[in-house]
Formats: sequence, structure tokens, C-alpha cells
Amino acid sequence: MLSFVARRLGTMALTMLCLTLVVFFLVNLEPNLKKLAISQTEMHTSAEQLESWLVKHGYRQNFFVRYGQWLGIMPKEPIIDPATGKASQRFTFCNDPVEKTYAGILQGDFGCSTKFKATVSSKLFPALGATGILMFWVLATMVPISLVIGILAGMREGSRTDRTLSAASIATTATPEYVSGVIFTVIFASWLGWLNGSAASASQGVTFYNFTLPVMTLAIYGIGYIARMTRASMVEVMTQQYIRTARLKGLSFGGVVVKHALRNALIAPFTVIMLQFPWLLTGVVIVEVMFRYQGFGYTLVEAAGNNDIDLLLGCSLVSVFIVLITQLISDLGYAYLNPRIRVQ
Amino acid sequence: MQLEFISGFQIFLGVLARFWPVWAALAVVLGASFIYRKRLGLYGQLFDSGVGIAGVTICLFWLFTAIFASTVAPFDPLAQIPAMKDALPGAIEPASHGVYLFGGDKLARDIFSRMVYGSQIVLIIAPAATGFALMVGVTLGLPAGYYGGKIDTLLSFLANLVLAFPVILLFYLLVTPGIMDTPIPYAMAGLFFLFPIVFFCVLFWTRFKTRPERLYVLLGLTLVIGGWVYAGLVFDADPLKIIHIDPNQLNIFVAVVFASSPGVFRIVRGLVMDIKTRDYVAAAQTRGESPWYIMLWEILPNARGPLIVDACLRIGYTTILLGTLGYFGLGLAPESPDWGTAIKDASRLLRSFVHPALPPTIALMSFVLGLNLLADSLREQSLKD
Repeated sequence: MLSFVARRLGTMALTMLCLTLVVFFLVNLEPNLKKLAISQTEMHTSAEQLESWLVKHGYRQNFFVRYGQWLGIMPKEPIIDPATGKASQRFTFCNDPVEKTYAGILQGDFGCSTKFKATVSSKLFPALGATGILMFWVLATMVPISLVIGILAGMREGSRTDRTLSAASIATTATPEYVSGVIFTVIFASWLGWLNGSAASASQGVTFYNFTLPVMTLAIYGIGYIARMTRASMVEVMTQQYIRTARLKGLSFGGVVVKHALRNALIAPFTVIMLQFPWLLTGVVIVEVMFRYQGFGYTLVEAAGNNDIDLLLGCSLVSVFIVLITQLISDLGYAYLNPRIRVQ
Repeated sequence: MQLEFISGFQIFLGVLARFWPVWAALAVVLGASFIYRKRLGLYGQLFDSGVGIAGVTICLFWLFTAIFASTVAPFDPLAQIPAMKDALPGAIEPASHGVYLFGGDKLARDIFSRMVYGSQIVLIIAPAATGFALMVGVTLGLPAGYYGGKIDTLLSFLANLVLAFPVILLFYLLVTPGIMDTPIPYAMAGLFFLFPIVFFCVLFWTRFKTRPERLYVLLGLTLVIGGWVYAGLVFDADPLKIIHIDPNQLNIFVAVVFASSPGVFRIVRGLVMDIKTRDYVAAAQTRGESPWYIMLWEILPNARGPLIVDACLRIGYTTILLGTLGYFGLGLAPESPDWGTAIKDASRLLRSFVHPALPPTIALMSFVLGLNLLADSLREQSLKD
């Protein structure tokens, strides 16, 4: 068991290394560096000035040296003025060091955001916190609702309830966030006026009025999918011998469902819920942009739109970490919940 | 200037009337399919259930809308008629007396025509990209599942690498205007578009190795047609100037194929690992067939059921991805009539005008719903056998 976890963690580290290298390569493509230089200097700068800005801020060092610096296995160097030989900070707004130091991910330094003119950690972690609140409410609504729908539908396969609920779940899986978001905003904000079409004020305080639409939009897509998985799992369990035995013993139908079927039927949805996280990440980006909520997704879009190298790398590191760790948890949890499966 | 409007019921009738070629084609195809459903195999069985009929009807509806777009749409999707800016549904255009059935958007274009033309973009890119993803996934998934070992470890690691990327981040990195100046999209296109050619060459080679008269014809056809399409798509150097793709569309296409082929790979790999334990595979191995013959002619045909279901779901998923790209304004031209871009434009103005948002959202939703229903009933039918 321990060696399994250790091997998985090793693969995880390797995956993250490869992925950050790919991201690092893509954000450092020549057109992207040009875009960064243009956005960081004054308007109408000549090509030479752009080039000198890039050289001055260390963007023209060897690719692998810079990746090493970001990782923290190579020292970061300050700007040396060629005329005076005096060292100065690379980015003044981040308190960059004036002498050679190892300051990368391994040392816990995420670098410097050129778009927000602040350190990445001061920007990324509050955003993650804000997204955490959103995720909490999404999971708190999505999981119970989808499990109830799935169990009700799968309890009696082929019944009218089953048909109706299954049709509804197929419909919600066909509705991506940007579609349901628009439809809900039209219905609840524009026509009925019950809810706020923007969640910008939710950063100060979450209320029912400003937070329901984003949570609803994000939850609805997952509900259909998890409900369908729960239904399939429930249908399978309900045909097992031990359910028939329990029924023949004289237990009531409700008792059989709650005591015997439910526990076995909930193993599969657990995995599905865990594997929903990567998809929720994309959903979070759409919903946060649509409802102007300043969380992780909003930060990611800002970073990508402005080619903010360190911030974008930080964002990808976090999202890849979330994806991989949820995969690991789902595997371990599955083995833990289902004693028939042994971790190999 | 005051615009004149037609009533809600007249809008409804007008929309029905505009779609007349679609209704006619639907009636012919559905009628014929229903009469001959007993002889049409899996496709015919779809007509046994209400869900299947609904799925086929919705998908065919959008297919015919895309085909007859120029007849259905009353206006040019890019034409701006200033008097019609933000016009409400049913407004009559003063000059030509044509009707803006679903109103005008903020740039005074006809929303109905844009929705109709948008279906063309979606129905070309989504199935084609799914097809290429299927080719890539199958060609790599077969050996990974069949041989196992080092090949499997390497390919699975690469697939998981791509799957660990949140889709949106992948798109932001791969579909930017800047990347068009680098050779990356073309290199990726060159790699991905090679897979179908390789696939069909191996497919025919393994089957007709001993019958050169069939083999050379088929191989020649594959190489000529494949090479022609390849030259047109990757190098934009089609000698006949028929096949042409815009650089930004190529970029989107490549990104979508890249994002969805690892999913196909995983499914194919799992299916192959299951099927290769069957007796008929052991029989073929005993006969001394080559591994690629077994993979392509013994295993693949027996994995077709789940793959067809997956392809249906995947076209829907690709449609959603295309919408996401449009919603974030990545890749597609800003004036492009595709549904995602239309939703983006409309959702910014929801406070003042609601009507531009609804047609593209409902169009996208219904098309994906149709594909999901189709996949659902295909799955049910294949479980029955």
C-alpha cells in the first residue's frame, strides 16, 4: 500500500515537471515574449527598446537556466547595470533579491506577476480561497441532489420516475456552463429579478442574492453526470442476490434500499465525484468570468490573456496538482470503500 | 425611424416556413429510414424507441440546416443593416421588407441567419475533429493495449499528461494569435493528419498482403487521396485549390484533436485489453496472423459498439469545446457566426437585451442533447444484442 502511494506520488511529480516544462516552453515562445514586452513598456516603443527590456529583465537567458531558476535549482540573478556594475532588483514591486539567491518553487517562491505588479503568492492564494468557497457551495448542493436523483431513478429501473429523471439528467449533461449560465441569468435576473446576475460583490460577502446563480450554473452540469452514474450503479446493485434475499426475508422496500443497496451503490459515484474536479476547474473558469467573481479562474484568464509568465505557471501548477491529487484520492478511496479491490 | 413588427405567432410561422428545405429533407430521410428500418441494422434499430427517434431527428435537423444554410437564412450573417441595431424579434427591415425573425444583435446583424450559419461551422469542425481524434486514439490505443509493457507505459503516461491539463488552460496556451507565427500548429497538424493515412495503409496492407492486385489499388487510392487532403490541410498547397482551411481554423482543429484524442486512446486501450483475452484472438494467434492483422481485423471490429457510442458523445463534447473557445474569444474570428462567439457577445449585454442570447444557446443545447440521446439509445441497442 505504502509503495503504491509512493510510486503514484513519484509519477505525479514527474507529470508536474513535464507539464510545467511544456507550459514554460509555450509561454516563452517569441510572439508571447513580444506581447509581454509590449504590455510592460510604454506605448509606441521601438523594437530595440522591447528587446532591451527583455534582455534587462532576464528573459533572454538560456531557456533551461530560466526554467531552473523558476524551479529553484538555479540561482536567480539581479539586474546588473552594464555601465556602473551596480545590482538592482529585477522587479521592484516583488522585492526581488539584489544578490544571487535560490528562489523558486522548491523554496516556496512562486515568482512575480507582471500583470498585477505583485508577488504571485499574494495574488494566487487569496484567489484560490475565493474559489474554495465557491467549490464548497457547489459540492454541498451538487453531491446530495445528484445522489438523491440517481438513487430515486435507479431504485426501480424503467419506472416513470426513472424515465423522467434520466431524461432530465441527459438534458443537463447537454448544457455546458456558458449556456446554462446565460439561460439562468435571463430567467432569474432579467425576467424575475430574484437574483443578481453578477457575483462581483460576493468577494466581500457571500449572500443568497449574489451567489446562487454561479453555484447553480456550476452544479447543474455535474448533477446530470453524477446522477447517471449513481443510477447505473444503483440499478446494478438492485439486481444482486443479496437484495432479493433481503426482500424475501420480509424487509420493506425502503429498508432494503437504505440498509442494503445504498452502501454498495455509493462506491462508484465516489470515484466519479472525485474525477469531476478537473471538469469543475474548466467550469470554474467559465463561471467566474461570466459572473465576474474574482477567484482562481478569473486569475487564470487574466494571466493567460496578458502572458503573465510566473502567474500562469503558478496557476497551471495548482490546477495540475488538483487534477492529480483527486485521481490519487479516488483510487485510494475506491480501494478503501470496496474491500474486494486490493491495491496492486 | 420607427420599425414595424410582426406578431409572435407570425414569427413562429415565419421560422417554420424558413426551414422548409430542412423539413422536406427530414421527411424524406426519416420516412425512408422508418419504412426500411428492418434492413438498416443498428441505424434501423434506433427507430424502435422514442429516444432514438428524437436523437436522430435533432441531429439530422441540424445537419440539414447546415447543408441548406444559404437557403434557410434570409440575410447574410455578416451584413450589418444599421436601422436594425438591437431590433426586437419580428422587426421588419425597411429596405428589403425581410423580417429579422429573432431580432438584430448589437452590430445590427440578423440573429436568425447567424444561428443558421453557425451550425455550418459546428457541423464541419466537430465531427471532423472527432474523426481525427478517433484515428489518433485508435492507432495508438491498439498497440498500447495489445502489447502492454513499455509501449503501454510510455503512451499512457503521455495520454495522462494531456488529460491532466485543464482543457481551458490548454486552449489558452495552444490557441493564441501569437502561436500562429510559430511552426507549432503546423507541426502538430502534420503529425495528427498523418495518422489516418498510416491507419488505412496498415489496414489494407495487413488484409490484402497476399493479393497484390487489390492491395496496390487500395494503397494507391489511400496515398493519393490522403496525400491530396494532407497537402491541402497542412501546407495549404492543394494543387486543385479545393481543400483549403484558414490558419486559425487549423489551429482550433489541431487543439481540439489534441485535447480529445487521449480520451479515445484510454477507451480503446481498455477495450483491447479486454478483447485480447477472447478465444477468437487466441485462434488468430495460433493461425500465425501478424499482430497488426489481429488488432485491426479481429479486435477493432469487435470494439466498434462502445466506440460508436463514444464517438456520438464525443461530437457533442467537441461542440461544447468549440463553444468554450468561442466564448473566450479564442481562435475564431470575432465576427464569426458560430454559436460560442454569439453567446459571448450576447451574454455581455444581458442587462439590456435578452433576445440575442437565446437562439445560439438553445441551438447549441439542442444539438448536444440530440447527440446525447442518440448515444444513449445506441448504447441501449448494443446492450440488447
